[in-house]
Parts: sequence; C-alpha cells; structure tokens
Amino acid sequence: MAHFVLPNSGHNYDPESSKLGMWLFLFTEILLFGGLFIVYFVYRTINSDAFLRASYELNITMGTINTIILITSSMTVAMAITALQKGKEKFAINLLWITLLFAIAFLINKYFEWSIKIEHGIFPGMEHYNGLETGQKLYFFLYYFMTGLHALHIIVGAIFIGFVIKGIQEGNVTADRISLLENSGLYWHLVDLIWIYLFPLFYLIN
Amino acid sequence: MSESLSTDLNFFQVKKGIISWLFSLDHKRIGLMYLYAIISFFLVGVTLGLLMRLELIAPGETIMKAKTYNQTFTLHGVIMIFLFIIPSIPAIFGNFFLPIMLGTDDVALPKLNLLSWWLYVIGALFALSTLVFGDGPADTGWTFYAPYSVQTNTNVTMSVMAAFILGFSSILTGLNFIVTIHRLRAPGMGWFQMPLFAWSLYATSWIQLLATPIIGITLLMIVAERAFGVGLFDPAIGGDPILYQHLFWIYSHPAVYIMALPAMGIISEIIPTFAKRSIFGYKAIAYSSMAIAFVGYFVWGHHMFTSGMSGSARIIFSVLTFMVAIPTAIKVFNWVATMYKGSIDLQPPMLYAMAFIFQFMIGGLTGLVLAALAADIHLHDTYFVVGHFHYVMFGGTGFAMFGGMHYWFPKIWGRMYNIKIAKFAFALLVLGFNMLYFPMLILGLMGMPRRYYDYLPQFTDLNVLSTVGSWILAIGLITMLVNLINGMRKGAPAGRNPWGSISLEWQTKSPPPLENFDKQPELNEGGPYNYKN
Repeated sequence: MAHFVLPNSGHNYDPESSKLGMWLFLFTEILLFGGLFIVYFVYRTINSDAFLRASYELNITMGTINTIILITSSMTVAMAITALQKGKEKFAINLLWITLLFAIAFLINKYFEWSIKIEHGIFPGMEHYNGLETGQKLYFFLYYFMTGLHALHIIVGAIFIGFVIKGIQEGNVTADRISLLENSGLYWHLVDLIWIYLFPLFYLIN
Repeated sequence: MSESLSTDLNFFQVKKGIISWLFSLDHKRIGLMYLYAIISFFLVGVTLGLLMRLELIAPGETIMKAKTYNQTFTLHGVIMIFLFIIPSIPAIFGNFFLPIMLGTDDVALPKLNLLSWWLYVIGALFALSTLVFGDGPADTGWTFYAPYSVQTNTNVTMSVMAAFILGFSSILTGLNFIVTIHRLRAPGMGWFQMPLFAWSLYATSWIQLLATPIIGITLLMIVAERAFGVGLFDPAIGGDPILYQHLFWIYSHPAVYIMALPAMGIISEIIPTFAKRSIFGYKAIAYSSMAIAFVGYFVWGHHMFTSGMSGSARIIFSVLTFMVAIPTAIKVFNWVATMYKGSIDLQPPMLYAMAFIFQFMIGGLTGLVLAALAADIHLHDTYFVVGHFHYVMFGGTGFAMFGGMHYWFPKIWGRMYNIKIAKFAFALLVLGFNMLYFPMLILGLMGMPRRYYDYLPQFTDLNVLSTVGSWILAIGLITMLVNLINGMRKGAPAGRNPWGSISLEWQTKSPPPLENFDKQPELNEGGPYNYKN
C-alpha cells in the first residue's frame, strides 16, 4: 500500500472549478438564445411592419411589472450570497424564499399574459391566428417560443434555488462551501439578463 | 479524497457488478462504457453502410426501395455522426486518459461526467426508438434540411430530439475537459508541458461548447415547426430554408473539427513514441489546434455555395476555407518532420498513424477542391463529397481512433493483443478502405449524384469495385475486433510501459488503480516528448 496525496485531485472541493464550469455553461445558454435572436433579427428585418403591428398586442404594463420583478429577484439572490458569506444563514434563507416568490409571481403574470392572448385566439392553430399575415404569425410564434423557453429557465433556476435552501438548512451550503449558492445566483442573473433583452425586443421596439 | 490510496487493486477490481459501472464516477469506467456503447453503434452504422453499398452494387432496385434507402442513409449518418464519431475520441480516450496524462485522479466535475454519459444513453435510445415507433426512421439525410424535414411523415421529431440530447452530452463533456485542464494539471505542468492530446482536446472542447448550442436551438425549432405548423423554415408558410442551412452549418461545420482535432491529438502522441524522437514543433502543433478551432467557426458557408448566397459571401467563405488548410498542413509537416531520422518502430499504432496521415491528406486536399467555388458547382452533392468526407472522417478520425485503441490497449487492459494479427487486420483495413472510397472520388468527378439508390449504367464498374472494397473493410474490422477482444481476455501481461513512451499515463500500473497512480507521477524534464535523440 503506497501512501501519497495527489494535490490536484478531481474529488477535492474546488469552488473555482465549479464556478468556471458555471460560466462556461452560461456561455452555452447565451448561444442557445443567440440562435433564437438571430432568427428573430432575420424575420424582423424581412417583416418589420408586421412585427410592429403585432407588437401592439402585447401589454407593456405587464411586461414592465415582470421586468421589475426579475431585476428585484436578482438583487435578493445577490443579497443572499452576501448574507451567507457573513454567516447569516437564516437571513440568506429568507432572501432566497423571497426570490422564489418573485419567480412564482413572474410565472403567474406570464400565465395571465399568455392566456389573454390565447383567449383572443392568438396561438398557432387557432382561427384568429391563422387569419393573421405571415410576419405576425412569426412574431407571435417567436414570442411564445422565446418567452416559453425563458420561463422554462425560470423554473429550472427556481428548482436550483430550492436545492440551495435545502442545502443551507442541512448545513451542506455554508459560508465556506458557498459555490452551489453562488452558481445558482449566476444562473439566476443570466435568466434575468436574457429577459432584459427579450423585453425590449418584443414589447418596446416601435 | 485521495489521502490513502489502495493501489493493489486496479480499477476493474475495486468494485464489481453492473451498478458499480453504470453509476460510477470513475472517469476510466465512464470512458470504457462509452467505448463499448460507441463501438456497438459503430457496428450498427457499418452494417447500414454495407447494406447501402450492397444496394449500389448494380443499377436499379437491388435489395431495397428508394424510401428504405433514404432512411438507411439517414440513420447511417445520424448514428455515425452523433453516436459514433463526435463522441468517439473525446468521450472514450479523453475521459480515460486526459486525467492520467495531466497527473490527476479524475476529471474536475465527476458527477457532471456521469450526467454526460447518461444523456448519451438517453439520446441513443431516442435515436434507436425511431426504428420501432412512428413511421420509421427519418428519410431526410442527417442534415434534416428544411422544408423536407418539416413535411415528411417519417419520425424526424425523435431523430432531432436525439441529436439535441446528444448535443448536450457533448457540451457537458467539453465543459468538463476545459475545467479539468485549467484546474487539475499536475504541479509543475504548465500549458506547454501538457501532452498534445490534451491540447487537441482543449481546442475541441471549446468548439463543443460554443457551437453545439446553436444546433440545439435550431433542432428545437424544427420540432416546434413540425408540431405547430408555423413557417420558421418552410418557405410555403413564410419561413426561410436558407436560414436553416446557415444555422445548421454554423454548428455542423465546426463539428467536423470536433471530429478531426482529437484524432490529430492521438497522432501527435503515437508518432513521437514510435519514432523515439521529440515532437517537431510542439508549440506549432498546439497553436495550430487552436487556430483550426478558431478559423473553423467562419467557414460554414462553404456547404452552401450552390444554395443561394451573394458572390462576395461565397468568395469570403472560400478564402477562409482555404485558410483552414494552413494549420492542418503545419501539423502534417510536423509529424513527418518528427519521423525524419527517427528510429521508427512499425508497431500497429504507428501503422495506423501513418495511414492516418496518408488518408487524411487525400481527404484534406479533396476538401480544397470542394472549397474552390468553380469546382464546387460541378462537384456539389456528388459522390466526390461522399468520398472526401469519408476520407477525412473514416480514413482520418476512424483510423486515428483505431490507432489509439492499439496504442493505449495495454494500458487499459494490462494485456497485449497479437501484433501480427493486428498488422494483418490493418492491411485489410487500408486496402478495403481505399477500395471503398477512392472510386467514389472518381464517380463524383464523373457526375454521379449522392443520396440516390439508383444510378446510370456507366457508373456500374466503379460501384462494384467500391462494394467489394466494403466487404474487405468489413473483414478487416472483424479481424481487428476479434484480435482485440482475444487480447483483452487472454493476452500476455503488458507491463507498465510496453512502447517505451515517456508521457505520464505510462508511469502507472496497467490497468491503472482507481486513483490512477500508485506512486507520485514524475514529470519529464523538458516536456512530454523529450526523447533522448
């Protein structure tokens, strides 16, 4: 039996590794949405009038509320990280719960936004939608596709935050082993950032 | 945790039972599971290829109908590209040897590595499920070009989802390797003391990471278009099929380098070992890997010279494509220069490496013919493309992978295969390979289009020659695999370092213990290839 220590073991706790991994993963997420942004850009250029007319259907107030919700939730996540770094575990957990509430509020708002449109018959396959001109169809489809994919990311991010809360309660995520929280925070900021681009592209440009 | 190492047992013996394999975090076990799965899919792909060649032995319908033929070549492409050649070298040898070559005990994110493996399994199940469910496998070609892919009744959705999931497996493997190379190099191993295989994996990983998401989202759009009938890509309902082609090739051209770069890495390991010489131009090879990865991003348009692009765009893409040849040629020069005045030992891995250089050069130079705008108008969608592609992918990457299998075999299993039979199998493979694919280059120049189950009678002779070549190739493959399996089970013990190499993986026992090393790995002074002559 030989005894020696590999200094660079892959099984050591290495926050730098997981953080680097997370950043790389965030690149791939940006590129994933990047493909959609290219498609959006191309069809917006081809059908600029139709995109504009279709965008009037969106409710800027609801979009703005969701933007504020997300930006605030990004702040609460960032605060949770600082709180845990200072050893205030209770406070960090509360802040994460608030983040989760914001996530749920965002999704509820989104649900109402979508259902109003679907009530008006604006969804692929519905009568009103089928009567629209091509550019408007594309606009609404991209709207559902991109905000839907984004909402999926909100759900995934929320699940991660749920795991972090559990981890803090069980003592697995602490000030010294904070990378799970930090990485969830990074992910959450990315989800926020993507919305910051989706919001003007669909709601504001005129 | 590696505080006390139980190095008496090797990694096969530490735990037993199928569960201890399926959920193992050990990079060596994960690498071997990939090996078994990937070789199995390779054999399925080979069988489909043999059936296609059999169909093409004579004009007209020989053994299958047109639609079946279309499905066969699509499934052949999907399996060979997504299940075999993209994961092959990184997932098998990268997983197994990258950590050992860096002098560490695992990849940086072992759990993520297991997740990659499971995503691969799920993706593979999706791909195979098209055989059983729905209206049969897709008949679109592996490129899933719109609008046909959104109109056909065959099971495109499942095939596309398979490619999507396999893409994520590939992304996570690449991510893991980048982090591993950044964080887990042995103390004292700087970037330029890394083995070149690690450099090639590093370049490959960046491509996997930065190109794959685009195909992921594009394929999801195909699924959405099929589900909701919205014209994202189908021109009849307002979409732009050229946009699909752009998005597809933005990934799929860099993916060619995902396939080729790790192969070049293996060659850079084999040649110094068997020439017993320091590699010529270490930095040039390392940088050229990164250069290929970088320039490889900007050449995707050369797949679309005939599908509607502005003249200036075509010229730019053509010039960029020619530029990729420069770093590739640098590598070839360096390998040849390494062999020059070396004491070359013609063991099977070296033979495969030399066949790689020869065949890869034919593949590369025919690529330049296709990159020339005027020539491409004539050759686009002919058998010339099929021949070119298989020379690069099979004659290049496939042979490099076989070379890697023969090179690292004694390390993985601690036993040696029969060298004579290995050389015999190699001879069959080279003969069969060139007989199978060289006629395709000529057929393409004569104007035979690809992707048809039928052809004009004047193409018959060369097609017969090609089909006979496919049989020789198949016999060679069987000989090689039987020889390896026999060596695995009852070959003579190989010892730590049968080839006399000086890179780190040869310092440990064969097979390695769970923690990879039974004594502190010692870095060779003057880099991983500092042989004494």
